[in-house]
Amino acid sequence: MVHYSGARLDASFAALSDATRRGVLEQLGRADASITDLAEKFHMTLTGMKKHVGVLERAGLVATEKVGRVRTCKLGPSRLSSETAWIEGYRQVWGARFDELDRVIEELKRKENIDERKKR
Amino acid sequence: MNARRDSESDTTKNRTTVEPKSEREIVVTRTFNAPARIVFQAWTTPELFKRWWVPKSMPLSLLSYEADIRVGGGYRLVFDVDGTKTMAFFGKYIEVTPHSRIVWTNDESGEDGAITTVTLEEKGDKTLMVLHELYRSKDVRDAALTSGAYDGMAETFGQLDEVLVTLGA
Repeated sequence: MVHYSGARLDASFAALSDATRRGVLEQLGRADASITDLAEKFHMTLTGMKKHVGVLERAGLVATEKVGRVRTCKLGPSRLSSETAWIEGYRQVWGARFDELDRVIEELKRKENIDERKKR
Repeated sequence: MNARRDSESDTTKNRTTVEPKSEREIVVTRTFNAPARIVFQAWTTPELFKRWWVPKSMPLSLLSYEADIRVGGGYRLVFDVDGTKTMAFFGKYIEVTPHSRIVWTNDESGEDGAITTVTLEEKGDKTLMVLHELYRSKDVRDAALTSGAYDGMAETFGQLDEVLVTLGA
């Protein structure tokens, strides 16, 4: 596993906490795209998309290059993939669920112990 | 996992792990400090299930849950989304084996729905739960992972310290 510095990871996860930005990464995983393409694809203004791309770029998840009047975006040098981010989101949902389940289970165990004692 | 973590497992929360087993599968594991029959009871008793399936930190609230937990029986979960719309999840139970195995379909997305298998295996006084989701294709799986249900979760929970442990391992 690649080791990430805390700051980089922090920036990456902040960048990935947004569904549009995860979508942009997924899109760029398939093919490079211009900011205009991305704005259209995600039904958003150019300014809005520029902001999202900027966040991704600062996190190292996206690299951009200006050729003529077009700024092309591609996946950046950070190896933290969008898949890692989805998996983390998924893990947090299940993790939170199971932490609640722990509480229910503890209650059932306590109840069972009381019932056991009553039988004696 | 190191020995220190093992010795602490009774006092600290057990970890939930998620692993993409193949391009079409996701495997979630978690250990519970209870016998399998108690874990099974918490899964299969609707009043209990409702208490944990939608953690408070999730940006959704559960409006109703009905389940007929036996082979061929169905379930239906209805969520409130922003107080303006509802979202339903439903399917059928393919296998229900007391204390060890529950298999169900996820039919809300039609043909593309995943098959979920939960197995419970007792290990001493604990139970290892393995939840396995099999999707029709990688694209369908990825779409499920990026769907609204998981939006902003990383932000909501902010368990970055745990992420660091996972990634640094």
